[in-house]
Amino acid sequence: MMTASLLTLDNVVRHYRLPRENFTQAPGVVRAVEGVSLTINAGRSLGVVGESGSGKSTLARLAMALEPPTSGRVLIDGKDINVMSREELRRARRDFQMVFQDPYGSLDPRQTVARVVAEPLAVLGETSAAEQRKQVAEMLDSVGLRAADMDKYPHEFSGGQRQRIAIARALLTRPKLIVADEPVSALDVSVQAQVLNLLNDLQVRFGVTYLFISHDLAVVDHVCDEVAVMYRGRVVEQGPAQALFQEAAHPYTRALLEAVPKPVPRQRERRAVPPPQVQLGTNTGCAFADRCHHAQPRCRAETPALRPVRENHLAACHFAEQVMAEAPPTEINA
Amino acid sequence: MALLDVEDLKVSLRTSRGMAQAVRGVSFQLERGDTMGLIGESGSGKSITALSLLGLLPEGAKVEGHIRLDGRELVGRPEAELCKIRGNRIAFVFQEPMTALNPVHTIGRQVAEPMTIHRCITHGAARAEVIRLLDRVGLPDASKRVDAYPHQLSGGQRQRVTIAMALACGPDILIADEPTTALDVTIQNQILDLIGELVAESGMALILISHDLGVIAENAARMMVMYGGSVVESGPTAEVFRHMGHPYSQGLFAARPKLGAPRGEQLKTIPGTVPELADLPTGCPFSDRCGLVIDACRTTPPPAMPVGPDHVARCIRLDVALANMAVAR
Repeated sequence: MMTASLLTLDNVVRHYRLPRENFTQAPGVVRAVEGVSLTINAGRSLGVVGESGSGKSTLARLAMALEPPTSGRVLIDGKDINVMSREELRRARRDFQMVFQDPYGSLDPRQTVARVVAEPLAVLGETSAAEQRKQVAEMLDSVGLRAADMDKYPHEFSGGQRQRIAIARALLTRPKLIVADEPVSALDVSVQAQVLNLLNDLQVRFGVTYLFISHDLAVVDHVCDEVAVMYRGRVVEQGPAQALFQEAAHPYTRALLEAVPKPVPRQRERRAVPPPQVQLGTNTGCAFADRCHHAQPRCRAETPALRPVRENHLAACHFAEQVMAEAPPTEINA
Repeated sequence: MALLDVEDLKVSLRTSRGMAQAVRGVSFQLERGDTMGLIGESGSGKSITALSLLGLLPEGAKVEGHIRLDGRELVGRPEAELCKIRGNRIAFVFQEPMTALNPVHTIGRQVAEPMTIHRCITHGAARAEVIRLLDRVGLPDASKRVDAYPHQLSGGQRQRVTIAMALACGPDILIADEPTTALDVTIQNQILDLIGELVAESGMALILISHDLGVIAENAARMMVMYGGSVVESGPTAEVFRHMGHPYSQGLFAARPKLGAPRGEQLKTIPGTVPELADLPTGCPFSDRCGLVIDACRTTPPPAMPVGPDHVARCIRLDVALANMAVAR
């Protein structure tokens, strides 16, 4: 089978203009996404990790055509979703759906679960109400809820159950791609595990592919085949999850891995990563240089390009080979 | 005499379904320099336990049992007397640094506030001390930033400011309720390191509340696992991690996604969800979700069973649970 690219981001840039503060100066610009190129092949889920402000949620919104890129193209199944008419986009949306972070904010409290979940189908307007109910019942069953829950309201459910409802809604049109922005970070540990298992299970059963945004490396590792690490709007490292976590080639990825608290009681001795500096307007050099232990003058003068360091493994660091040669980051599974 | 002695603390909250018991007989002691981790999921009663130490419970809450600070009873004390303790002897660091700070006052003013209240000094006189504190918690350029407003700081910096506020009067006990949940992992470490340093430096006692086993493992010498308002397991952190006794602690540990686990491996989940307070079973609070449940679990709350030195778990099936854990490892 040929692996068709499901989602392609082609050098996507998204800037936000800040309000003008001064008559004589140009308004400031937040460079949320600074030229990201990514490809997701069908069946190869991609996780995007990074700190807050790294641009990962903006990336999700761009992939969903919830906002247009400043420049660059977003292709789903080879079609540019930003040149489509509204009607075409609406039809195309059956193939890509989104699950949001907050299951309390993303479900309309005044609609029954049946209406919430059926909405993607209702918008397409191709199925009868009876047929929609039937499909909703089946889908609720697939995500581990009872079909009888259909006529209840969202407030009658717990956080984990609400996230299942949101997942059922996203799955109802049988999309090829689900963009999930921090889908488990609002959930308790025991419930998070249930939802992660469900996401894995649905991947197998329905063949969906995820673009999975999270700040939690272990969660991403659990669900995704590929991982992209973002820092200040750029992808700094990308590769298969296993390779990336075992042989991290970018100092930022290593810093993230080392920062994860490990369930092993001991005296901590960590190399603290200096706090991020204020985002300056300058655009030369490596954005991570100020916080990096490996930083050399070259890092501040020359922006490192995202380049292959192994097969399928890319990193944007001048010294990636040296970083990789270091001992692997401390294993989390004790 | 212990610095803080909590004995059989019970808290009932008024809910839409009548009174519900949120804390069901919690006992522990704290000495100066102790670091205690409190872990549990939402609804386990960990935050209510912490808030009750300060008398900050929601309206209509009923507190029974004893909370003694240096031997003096705090339960039932009038509000005016509790005000003298809050922020002075017991200080609190909240989860959300965005909402814990007042957006219309400068950070300097807010850090000085506990001092002006408890130490009767003016804002002007407190200024030098405020700058010292802000500098100590690692706010860059403290002497200039003292007049900044909260919105001019990043999330991590704001949390540093709330820590400075908590430290203003040199408290004996610092309660940090999920102090890093709203922060990025790299910032989380810095804040936890800072709290650790300050505790070691001043010899105060720390109660660290978290839902993350990793955070507790790395930052607390002792820990209590809470579920359904009860402490289901407690002991020295190293002991608890070595012989995790209670099926709930074990479930919590197993449910964590692990980095580097084989692809497609299912996480071990705890069936069901955390019950609402009003729906808690009469016996062991975990009995409805437990794989080892027997009839006796459902009738009476289980007693504390010894697991190791200073380490207890409230489970009558402890022998089976421990044997299972040994096999799993």
